[in-house]
Amino acid sequence: MTTKLLAGAALAAATICGAVQAAEPVKIGMITTLSGGGSSLGVDVRDGFMLAVEQEGGTLGGQAVEVLIEDDARKPEKAKSIATRFQKSDRVDIMTGIIWSNLAMAVVPQVTRAGVFYVSPNAGPSALAGKGCHENYFNVAWQNDNLHEAMGEYMKAEGFKKPFILAPNYPAGKDSLTGFKRFYQGAPLAEVYTKLGQKDYAAEIAQIRASGADSVFFFLPGGMGIAFLKQYGQSGVGLPVFGPAFSFDQGILQAVGDAALGVINTSQWNKDLDNAANKQFVAAFQTKYGRLPSLYASQGYDAARLIASALEAVGGEVSKADDFREALKAADFESVRGDFAFGANHHPIQDIYVRKVVREAPVLTNQTLGVALKDHRDAYAADCKL
Amino acid sequence: MPALLFVEQVLNGLQFGVMLFLMAAGLTLVFGIMRLINLAHGSFYMVGAYLCALAAGASGSFLLGLLAGLAGAALVGAAVEFLVIRRLYDRDHLDQVLATFGLILFFNELVKILFGPRPLLLDPPALLSGAVELLPGLPYPAYRLAIIGVGIAVALGLYLLIRHSRLGMIIRAGATHREIVAALGVNIRLVYTLVFGLGALLAGLAGAMIGPLLSVQIGMGEEILILTFVVIVIGGIGSIKGALVGALLVGVTDTLARVLLPLAFGAFLEPSAAAGVAASLASMMIYIVMALVLVWRPHGLFPAEGA
Repeated sequence: MTTKLLAGAALAAATICGAVQAAEPVKIGMITTLSGGGSSLGVDVRDGFMLAVEQEGGTLGGQAVEVLIEDDARKPEKAKSIATRFQKSDRVDIMTGIIWSNLAMAVVPQVTRAGVFYVSPNAGPSALAGKGCHENYFNVAWQNDNLHEAMGEYMKAEGFKKPFILAPNYPAGKDSLTGFKRFYQGAPLAEVYTKLGQKDYAAEIAQIRASGADSVFFFLPGGMGIAFLKQYGQSGVGLPVFGPAFSFDQGILQAVGDAALGVINTSQWNKDLDNAANKQFVAAFQTKYGRLPSLYASQGYDAARLIASALEAVGGEVSKADDFREALKAADFESVRGDFAFGANHHPIQDIYVRKVVREAPVLTNQTLGVALKDHRDAYAADCKL
Repeated sequence: MPALLFVEQVLNGLQFGVMLFLMAAGLTLVFGIMRLINLAHGSFYMVGAYLCALAAGASGSFLLGLLAGLAGAALVGAAVEFLVIRRLYDRDHLDQVLATFGLILFFNELVKILFGPRPLLLDPPALLSGAVELLPGLPYPAYRLAIIGVGIAVALGLYLLIRHSRLGMIIRAGATHREIVAALGVNIRLVYTLVFGLGALLAGLAGAMIGPLLSVQIGMGEEILILTFVVIVIGGIGSIKGALVGALLVGVTDTLARVLLPLAFGAFLEPSAAAGVAASLASMMIYIVMALVLVWRPHGLFPAEGA
């Protein structure tokens, strides 16, 4: 009798607790780039994320969520101060949203150490995948090197002998060329780092012309890539160019114009990937926002769907940190990119595809050609002590 | 380095310098004559690029786009002077910096609300889209040559306007003796609006011309604004000649540093390390040059009369 009574009380208490939990929404802090240069990336991540929230009627995994969105204007110090406010005064449970690796390095170690969960929808610096990995840090997009590694593999297989490789001088740029060389294996003909935010590439293009290269690999995200491709097109150099998806993505292809047509690029996602989650996502995104989703939108959407799966598993009780962490790690959601799992360091194990820029009148977009790397993991997992 | 490649890189530096000159000329005029620090100068550059891209996209003609960009930037500039800047002439530089920084945020948000966060497409005119063989073995993009040409024409035009026209005389007089000019019956307020509009027009020209090379996007003005300030500090604040020399110096220094430093470091470092070190040093070069010039001439190369 006593046991029964106690069990009943416990049940009642649990129910009350549950009710309290349900009344108190899970707080998610999103720090992303919504103004100034590079804002189209942050807008896409936000729109993808909020689409998932809206599809569930303001909940994720059946749990009410409150998403606080702040603009970092691409400035590390601003991102850091927003993160501190989210952490100390808003007391958010989960953070997400950062686009740029230098901003991620300023924010992620601090907040994860303080016990906040961070789900990265984009930036995946190598420092956070290897020695600096953390049990509360999950990257749902890629480790920075991944798409470049796939292109190194592709260009090696296609028999290019003298690539000229080019990236900006910042953490993700270094990761990019390192990743490319890891899979290309041979030495590139020349390796050039440019200033982050540089827009005039005349000097580099003249070097490419004079170098005797047989191909160009570049990683120049955002407006830098638009500028490079337009100037490259006008220069008449004409060597084949290759790159990761970032400079051939839906958000910027229209601004690059025909200079991008036919270019081969690598990506973990494309709008034509044949799975139910993706078809539904592409259609819903177009209906809601009136444009085709980009790579970044797909990553924002997946970040929300991952969080939803974990919230559902723990019934919204993020305070049970160990359970929530296990639930995130299980990655029990239908990713729009198809098969998806986390490696030991909480970075994706996924296929990386080869795509080609095509015209589907009136817009430019990408078509999937095949898989460059199957079930690919990042190179830093071995250094991670998780 | 082969001689032809070197010639090409110098041309690239000149072209970059010419763009900086178009920006710096307006900024330095406004500072020299009205003692106004205008951080929003980059916004007129953005306005010029956006209007050019929109008009060129709608009409299919780059020339119409260019005209729209010029007219739009000048009008927006004059309107901003009339509505905001007038209230700032008598206040100190910190107030001017704060107010014009606010204008940057205003214009960035306005452009985002009106045209969305995504970059716009702007192609060069078909006539100038290819490369020209300058010398055998030295093809050079025709559009960049056109930019150099326009920049030289603008420099000449400004020289004639400031040195040999009645308006130029009033502008020069207004810079040094504004009360006396006003006492002589010149409508100095109108002159200020005209000068500010002219500065905005030049910035709009720079934005519209650079659109086909770079990306037409929000925040594009701030990227060039910092370099523009470096140029006018090197050249001497308020001096058009200083702006021209400073712009060419910055353009050529930046381009050649990016090209030559990797070669220099490549001589004794392994390629990957050399590329990283050289890139870091190259992005500092123009600031080093600025510091050296200021040590040698604290008011810049050609300080304006009366400044």
